[in-house]
Amino acid sequence: MNDMRLTERAVDTNQLKITARDVQVFYGDNHAIKDVTVDIQDKTVTAFIGPSGCGKSTFLRCLNRMNDTIDICRVEGKILLDDEDIYDKRVDPVQLRAKVGMVFQKPNPFPKSIYDNVAYGPKIHGLARSKTELDEIVETSLRRAALWDEVKDRLTAPGTGLSGGQQQRLCIARAVATSPEVLLMDEPCSALDPIATAQVEELIDDLRSRFSVVIVTHSMQQAARVSQKTAFFHLGNLVEFDDTTKIFTNPEDPRTESYITGRIG
Amino acid sequence: MSDATANSTPATPSASSLFKQDDRVKRRNAAEKRFKAYGLTAIGVGVTMLIILVSSVLSQGLSSFRQTFVTLPITVTQAEFEAAEASMLKTGKYKKLIQRGLEQRLATAELGDVVSIKDAMGLLSGQAPADLRMAALANQTWPLRQEFRFLANGRVDGYFKGRVTMEIAERDSRISPEQLELSQQLADAGIMETRFNRGFLTRTDGSPTRPEAAGLGVAFLGSLYMMMVVLALALPIGVATSIYLEELAPKNRWTDLIEVNISNLAAVPSIVFGILGLAIFINFAGLPQSAPLVGGLVLTLMTLPTIIIATRASLKSVPPSIRDAALGLGASKMQTVFHHVLPLAAPGILTGTIIGLAQALGETAPLLLIGMVALVQNYPSAPPAGLEDPATALPVQVYIWTTRSDPAFVERASGAIIVLLAFLLIMNIAAILLRRRFERRW
Repeated sequence: MNDMRLTERAVDTNQLKITARDVQVFYGDNHAIKDVTVDIQDKTVTAFIGPSGCGKSTFLRCLNRMNDTIDICRVEGKILLDDEDIYDKRVDPVQLRAKVGMVFQKPNPFPKSIYDNVAYGPKIHGLARSKTELDEIVETSLRRAALWDEVKDRLTAPGTGLSGGQQQRLCIARAVATSPEVLLMDEPCSALDPIATAQVEELIDDLRSRFSVVIVTHSMQQAARVSQKTAFFHLGNLVEFDDTTKIFTNPEDPRTESYITGRIG
Repeated sequence: MSDATANSTPATPSASSLFKQDDRVKRRNAAEKRFKAYGLTAIGVGVTMLIILVSSVLSQGLSSFRQTFVTLPITVTQAEFEAAEASMLKTGKYKKLIQRGLEQRLATAELGDVVSIKDAMGLLSGQAPADLRMAALANQTWPLRQEFRFLANGRVDGYFKGRVTMEIAERDSRISPEQLELSQQLADAGIMETRFNRGFLTRTDGSPTRPEAAGLGVAFLGSLYMMMVVLALALPIGVATSIYLEELAPKNRWTDLIEVNISNLAAVPSIVFGILGLAIFINFAGLPQSAPLVGGLVLTLMTLPTIIIATRASLKSVPPSIRDAALGLGASKMQTVFHHVLPLAAPGILTGTIIGLAQALGETAPLLLIGMVALVQNYPSAPPAGLEDPATALPVQVYIWTTRSDPAFVERASGAIIVLLAFLLIMNIAAILLRRRFERRW
């Protein structure tokens, strides 16, 4: 694991962005997440790792209430975003999702033009007052996603015609365009080749300067490369949550050690 | 030489050579061949049936697009027009005017002395005086002087189409062999000719004794009005229902019940919808009988399940990742559906709608029950008022004509079937083209 750049990074701030307390998630009778308590800091990359089916994606989807779309899913406990309970009755999930953006495992651009893909979020949230403002938002978002130079001459081409890596960066640009405060990424690189993965990882590191990023990943190397904080999930429990450096060099829980050394998962 | 061969080929051929099929593979291949043969036979039978059907309809019905006409010079002065309109038997007066034209024409063809004028008048359709009267009523400048093309009698028309022979005419009270010979003479003189029959598409239905004057005009308008009603009601209601059930409704016992009922509705025999329409729309709501409005409402009920099922299937086929993407960006449910899901489902919805419409266009049974099976000789007026005027529909017109005794109506009915099939074909082609045009890949 010589590509772990563990020493390069320091956490810029200690301000809390998301606080989760005793979160339980049930799918029907299946208790999928048990007593998860975690603090996610602003301007930090937090990685969720763990074996398949351990509940890391489920927990991620709780953070912007995407689980609401599943009928049988029930969430208990408290999740606070800037000290406001996002599961409060007064919270409209639509407003929440504008603040907490999401990038999915499989690149899923809309079957529309590249421009329309990025402009869609700002349009529905009324972020641009004029065409020029919208153009500006599209350009900065694409630049931030390191895609501008590749697509600036074909903004009207369909987003689905791009390569896999480009599509995923387009999805990131689309999520960034609504200026969220938190960006959730659900295994954003699992469908990408190593070169595209490297580009996206670099991008995640850049994005950290503006947002709090939460990334779910299967790859421990990726967690080690991009994150400052790492949470290890196992069978629906949060086993250990600490600085990435600590988790990968000196884990406290034996299960964490087994996982990162490849004995379970 | 012998050394080399000994080294390059195995001493004994192996038990499982790739060049030799073993028994299992042979049996499998034979089964596959048999299955292919069954499939081809099935297709062959289907195609043969289709060819028999289409060719029988075409051979019987194509002649209805041609009709025998008699061309006569007609002069009507204003005084004659007013006198005719003032008399009790108006068409009788017009018949005299036609007879004058016919005599004139026979004289110029130098046939005047050879034939009896009574026999010659008998060659014309009973519809001829009425047609002349309509032209006179619409006329503005007097005197009316014009070459008129009158319909020939259905029997004469049948003679030129090979349906009526001399032997039949001998036993027929409405035509004699002499008249058929006379019509042949007129045809040789260029007075009588068989040509394209626009009236078949535009005229109203004729009385049972005048097959030559029967047309599809009213049935055509009735079907058109009904399709307008069906499209205006079934598409929005069907799509709204599907969107609600598919995207918004919670999955519980009630929505399950609704789903089962919708699927059951699709299987209800259409005549039941006719009884429902009779009971509710006519007897209870007091809507007029024979009206395209009521027909359209009944067909809407019949078409709804088809549209709902097709729409739900195409909504389901939109990948969930698109919904996730939109919801993840903070789009509301409505925005997700209308901005992303519905455009992607549109080809499927369009196809389902057109197939539903085609089904409704060909439906007969429910229309019989709500009184659209009648001899309607006035065109319905323009919509929306015309939706309440009596009308028939294309398939019902086929039914009406097949029940009439005059064999000339067999030809008419087959002609109407051709028109109906042509419309169904056009609609299905439109469905295919629309689907190709709007289909998007993701």
